[in-house]
Amino acid sequence: MSDLVQLEEQIMAEISAADDEPAIEAVRVAALGKKGSVSEKLKTLGAMSPEERQTMGPAINGLKSRIADAIAERKQALKAKAIEARLERERVDVTLPTRPSPVETGRIHPISQVIDEITAIFGDMGFSIAEGPDIETDYYNFTALNFPEGHPAREMHDTFFFAKDDKGEAKVLRTHTSPVQIRTMESQKPPIRIVIPGKTYRQDSDATHSPMFHQIEGLVIDKTANVANMKWVLTEFCKTFFEVPQVKMRFRPSFFPFTEPSLEVDIQCDRSGSEVKFGEGDDWMEILGCGMVHPNVLRAGGLDPDEYQGFAWGMGIDRIAMLKYGMPDLRAFFDADVRWLNHYGFRPLDMPTLFGGLSS
Amino acid sequence: MKFTLSWLKEHLETDATLEEIAERLTAIGLEVESIDDKAALKPFTIARVLSAEKHPDADKLQVLTVDTGSGTPVQVVCGAPNARAGLVGAFAAPGSYVPGIDVTLSVGNIRGVESRGMMCSERELQMSDEHSGIIDLDDDAPVGQSFAAYAGLDDPVIEIGLTPNHPEATGVYGIARDLAAAGIGRLKETAIEPVRAEGACPVNVAIEAGDLCPGFALRRVKGVTNGPSPRWMQQRLLAIGLRPINALVDITNYMTFDRGRPLHVFDAAKVAGNLTIRRARDGETLLALDERTYRLTPEMCVIADERGVESLAGIMGGEHSGCDETTTDVLIESALWDPIATAKAGRSLGIITDARYRFERGVDPEFMIPGLDLATHLVMQICGGTPSEMEVAGYRPPERKVVSFPFSEVKRLTGLDVPAGEATDILTRLGFEPIGSGEVIEVKVPTWRPDVDGKADLVEEVMRIKGVDHIAPLPLETHSAVNGRILTTLQIRTRLARRALAARGMLEAVTWSFIPEAHAKAFGGGAAGLKLANPIAADMSDMRPSLLPGLLAAAQRNTDRGFGDAALFEVSGTYESDAPDGQRRVAGGVRRGTAKFGGASRHWDGAAKPVDVFDAKADAIAALEAAGAPVDKLQIEPGGPEWYHPGRSGTIRLGPKMVLAHFGEFHPITLETLDVSGPLTGFEVFLDAIPEPKRKATRTKPSLTLSPLQAVKRDFAFVVDKAVKAADLVKAASGADKKLIAGITVFDLFEGAALGEGKKSVAIEVTIQPLDRTLTDEDLEALAGKVVDNVTKSTGGTLRR
Repeated sequence: MSDLVQLEEQIMAEISAADDEPAIEAVRVAALGKKGSVSEKLKTLGAMSPEERQTMGPAINGLKSRIADAIAERKQALKAKAIEARLERERVDVTLPTRPSPVETGRIHPISQVIDEITAIFGDMGFSIAEGPDIETDYYNFTALNFPEGHPAREMHDTFFFAKDDKGEAKVLRTHTSPVQIRTMESQKPPIRIVIPGKTYRQDSDATHSPMFHQIEGLVIDKTANVANMKWVLTEFCKTFFEVPQVKMRFRPSFFPFTEPSLEVDIQCDRSGSEVKFGEGDDWMEILGCGMVHPNVLRAGGLDPDEYQGFAWGMGIDRIAMLKYGMPDLRAFFDADVRWLNHYGFRPLDMPTLFGGLSS
Repeated sequence: MKFTLSWLKEHLETDATLEEIAERLTAIGLEVESIDDKAALKPFTIARVLSAEKHPDADKLQVLTVDTGSGTPVQVVCGAPNARAGLVGAFAAPGSYVPGIDVTLSVGNIRGVESRGMMCSERELQMSDEHSGIIDLDDDAPVGQSFAAYAGLDDPVIEIGLTPNHPEATGVYGIARDLAAAGIGRLKETAIEPVRAEGACPVNVAIEAGDLCPGFALRRVKGVTNGPSPRWMQQRLLAIGLRPINALVDITNYMTFDRGRPLHVFDAAKVAGNLTIRRARDGETLLALDERTYRLTPEMCVIADERGVESLAGIMGGEHSGCDETTTDVLIESALWDPIATAKAGRSLGIITDARYRFERGVDPEFMIPGLDLATHLVMQICGGTPSEMEVAGYRPPERKVVSFPFSEVKRLTGLDVPAGEATDILTRLGFEPIGSGEVIEVKVPTWRPDVDGKADLVEEVMRIKGVDHIAPLPLETHSAVNGRILTTLQIRTRLARRALAARGMLEAVTWSFIPEAHAKAFGGGAAGLKLANPIAADMSDMRPSLLPGLLAAAQRNTDRGFGDAALFEVSGTYESDAPDGQRRVAGGVRRGTAKFGGASRHWDGAAKPVDVFDAKADAIAALEAAGAPVDKLQIEPGGPEWYHPGRSGTIRLGPKMVLAHFGEFHPITLETLDVSGPLTGFEVFLDAIPEPKRKATRTKPSLTLSPLQAVKRDFAFVVDKAVKAADLVKAASGADKKLIAGITVFDLFEGAALGEGKKSVAIEVTIQPLDRTLTDEDLEALAGKVVDNVTKSTGGTLRR
């Protein structure tokens, strides 16, 4: 028996001394392997007398199981130590910066974003989006819109012209999006509910005027649409667009050749601070022009003004973008300065919706 | 249009406050742009200098004691040479703001003497430029009272913005009529007595240009004294910013603003013979009243005598026959001029006058003769003299337009309920003459409203006078399907391409539609039909044939500011012709420096490489894919338009004819022409060229079959000529078995001396997806052999072992 005790002490010492996984494996083989010291002891049981076996059996098996447990335990400890060492080796400096995600660094121009916002609002009211060419004929830009030849209103438009063609006619860069009213009436039967965003051009340049700018035009034609409906549509639009619960608007009689009656719309705001706040304050700011489509314009569109009626409005996309988002200078819109685009632009996933909010 | 409150009240009897009047003016379409209520002059009172002693310490200053009416005299130090005991002037107490010197006064100490206020000059009150001394009033001016009230300077000045449809509001009388119609007081109608004339007008008038002059009236007033006009008239003219000249000229200006009736006065002594109204002869000149000489053309109408042109019709008189203090006999002209011709002449000569402003909007033809009578009365009243009969040429009393007006039209167009009686009243108060009764009446339009043609115009009149505020907003009815879709396919594609490119880290720019001619030409544009006849600047002359020149120039501007790694894109129009379908919808972009998809510039994990053709290719394909192009069917061919690098550019096609995109690095000559520097790469995708997808009957996606068998991958490397296109090699390999080969990627490209001159090695990984059974080694061997054969046959390459 004493040799068993001695053997156990020896193996236990070897287990403690093993300091990595191969070493403990060697101890295991030396003790519990086929020819291991403990296995050899087990083999001796066969030659023993039953009485002897009765005492030595449990003793040797007990030894085996204690050794096996000790080895397993030691193995586990060594594995944990090895993992710990590996993890320490693998340590990196996580404060090193990562590359930014392109989906966060890309930008949508404010004009595109505002067009999307407007589309979300009017789409919900049953409008669709119409477009037309930038290069227009005099007919679509003026004549069909009830601008008589030589009328002072024509002069007010500071038109860009192209060279005269063989027939003596000069194409123009459209001065407003209104030609699309006529093009739509020519191609589509009422009821018509469209909004028309697009580029427009006038020979004018300062902080609030640019030779190229963007307008959005609205047109409703059916058999009942009137000024009361127009007031509703425009009030709803302004409220939703400027994201305020209430807006106070002032409709003033005005003049446009293509509408009769014509109105200009001011929106109440507070301009006392550096930002313009809507829905409060004592100032009025002109924001859009509108009116009932002039009978001559309906006729030019092939419609009988006694059967059909409707209203139209127009406003500057750049201007309402400036009002809402606070850009001070219109000229910067077209300069493509990356600092400006990064600052005033919108992230590609900032998609204006009525359910998710027009702006984040 | 400017006028003062007291001037308005001469024609309008009202108790309304200035605020009420202003609010109503805006509400009826005569928008108030500004009101100067003269509050700035309120602090100044009339004071009398009691004594004036020399300042003990200054030669040019005096110490005054001033009676301000408060009982206790005040000590004021004053430097004005005309300050003296007994002078009555304008006084400002400490705390008052003096606009002319932009100073708020405090109790001062001037060289040891306390000064409690200031005696002011006209310049200090911003009344004029006069600053040689302090204001010196009449002895009987009421001390202690408001100076502004005494001097008639407290009359508020109202400025309204006029739209072209309100010629009647170019005169104070017309504005008063509109306000009275809108319930602000009562219009004081003035009957104009005919003038008691003596003898015929000695100057005859012949109209040769009848198309430009529908009427002309002239009268001589003999023996006038042309001094300064009376104080009340001068004050009104000054208040609206007109400089008083002399009584005769002031009367014409007064009539222009009071009645919207421009007039002209000739010094009869300087007019030679009779007057002819004719077109100017080419090359004729006129020295006008603004002391400038204008060169005239036959498009312009003039008033000429036997000497030559004396006046430019409806715009400005001539210097030669103008009236001054020596004038004793005056010819007063009241005429009608064609609006369009007047506007054209004024525009081409660059002359803006109060007369032109009115004639181009339309002056009341019926008031031509009464206007002359009214002016004559004023002349006789102010300057004396004896009037002749009127010489009238070409004038026929105007016919009144008659508009048929169903009352229901107001409700139909505006939603406003206005009873017929009320609508009739409004129109009557505005000077319209409703005729008849019932649902539809006839309405005679007054001659001062040339803009009113139809029933919609009458609706506007009723609406603006009744008040737009009475119209309650009414929700638009919901139509189930006005147009079915909100956006067209092209609009959807535009939007998606834009978001996709931004999601690739690019910044959306909006650049000019017009670019320099040289830039347009470098990108295949510059056609004569796409050149602006009147560009705003020489380098904004040609409609762009491509988005790239604008974006390249923008990238360079950013580089010049120190931002050389810019990735910019734009989704917008380009112009192939001036026809509607010549406008294309293009998504274009450029990347400069190291502005690659994964991030620009240096980084601890590896610096970004310079951008190249493949960055542009990836952008182009991303835009196409976002826009819904069938990406798996696209063909990519080497080479693009001439502005690209011929060996580093490509064209993306769908079928042999349809070009969907170009991409690549740029030709060095192109960059030189645009004066930009690289590395630069760019692309253009033609969104409008992508075919419309077939509309599917349902939204159901095809069923998904997942194979239980695992895919096998095999690698091959081929040595081929450098000119062999990778796409051809891949195509040949995939042709080995279209069913089993599920995908091929090029995973290595190598060129080296070991391969031989002009050779390259292309390594591909072929993914084989077994269909119905596991493939045996023999199957795979056979397939591999087929791949090698196909590639060898079509590219002339060999398998690299």
